[in-house]
Amino acid sequence: MSEPSMTLNNPGQSGSMREQDLILHVQRGERELFYELVRPYERRVYAAALAILRNEQDAEDAAQEAMLKAFANIRQFRAEARFSTWLIQITVNEALMRRRRERTVVMEGLDNRRDAGRDNESEYAPRDFADWREIPSEALERKEVRQRLAEALATLDRKYREVFMLRDMEHLNIQETAEALGITVASVKTRLLRARLMLRDLLAAGWEQGWFSRLPFEKGNKPW
Amino acid sequence: MVVNQKMLNCEQVWREVSNYVDSEVDAALRSTMEEHFRTCKRCASVLAGTRNVVQIYGDDRMLEVPAGFSRRLEKRLAQNAAVKGGGWSSWSAWLVPVAAIALIAGSLLLVNSLTRGHFIRSHQALPGNNVPPDLQVVVSNGSKVFHVAGCPFIHDKASERTMTAKEAMQEGYVPCTRCLRRYLKTGLTGHSGIVIADSGGAEEEEEQGEVLSVAGH
Repeated sequence: MSEPSMTLNNPGQSGSMREQDLILHVQRGERELFYELVRPYERRVYAAALAILRNEQDAEDAAQEAMLKAFANIRQFRAEARFSTWLIQITVNEALMRRRRERTVVMEGLDNRRDAGRDNESEYAPRDFADWREIPSEALERKEVRQRLAEALATLDRKYREVFMLRDMEHLNIQETAEALGITVASVKTRLLRARLMLRDLLAAGWEQGWFSRLPFEKGNKPW
Repeated sequence: MVVNQKMLNCEQVWREVSNYVDSEVDAALRSTMEEHFRTCKRCASVLAGTRNVVQIYGDDRMLEVPAGFSRRLEKRLAQNAAVKGGGWSSWSAWLVPVAAIALIAGSLLLVNSLTRGHFIRSHQALPGNNVPPDLQVVVSNGSKVFHVAGCPFIHDKASERTMTAKEAMQEGYVPCTRCLRRYLKTGLTGHSGIVIADSGGAEEEEEQGEVLSVAGH
């Protein structure tokens, strides 16, 4: 997925240049431009919060709060970082802080600490080896397909889901993902591998259940 | 991960398939894995499925927000700026105090208009107090005061105009300190609310005007 496209007032400017201009203007006090600056990332911000909190209302609250914090600290943003990454990291921090406040997290945290030690020794063997066919992009136009994919993702354990979402949906790199979650690069890689393989099997199972039955695949072939 | 690149088995390939998709393997391992994928249908399927997952979940369309999310976010940002007064916009930062000053000025003008009802032609003159509004008075050109008919201090009698006291005051005239002195003795001014101790200001000005007028003749 490419970076979100920016609305260009000047067609000659690139999206990143336009973003840099917006940042400078907001930092200099033209704060009415802040929403224009963050608007391309609002979906990513919400998704990052949702990945951690798993509740739409909590995710929206956290996303809004993260935007306010970004707004309040915009002067501290330095150009050497990607603005989108900076914004997502603020969101992740906000969501993690909220989750820590929740009593139910205590037990989940214990489970995760137990699991953390097994990252390096975890093995996950793929279960389905059917022939691959690419799922066409048009499939995502269907709401029920997106819903199924979201449900599959939601079944993953939190530590796998968080890494997967930040890396593959928010497009943070490995290092950024590790920093955002406060884990090692090695843990990110291990969890990412497992998340991807588990999702691959879940989608294969979904195929068996007819999730993509309306897709124009050839009869008898799975999407992989 | 250290692997014998010439002897990769399927399990080893699976462990590295995610790094392979992310180009996080060195050239030698990549080459070995590619060779394995060419000959192993199962691992090729694992690779293709992994890539599929990355591609399909990486699509922007997978990032959905609840209905009205954007509107609520924009509103929240604006509310936050308003509460903090932190200059959500550069123009509103100075617009607020300017509006406040305008409001105060407007309030003062309103108070003045309620108590005075009109501007005053002379900066030194004082307005009348409890002048009967329907009282017929006389004004003339070049003068800043109004008089009762027949007042000896009316100058330029050729230009006399008769009107009510209310109309005269609305035009900025003040009572003559001679013929209408009783309306200047006491009372609240329209300016500051202080009690008038002496009404000589209008008289002095009028008299000065008369002197000049006489001198001019």
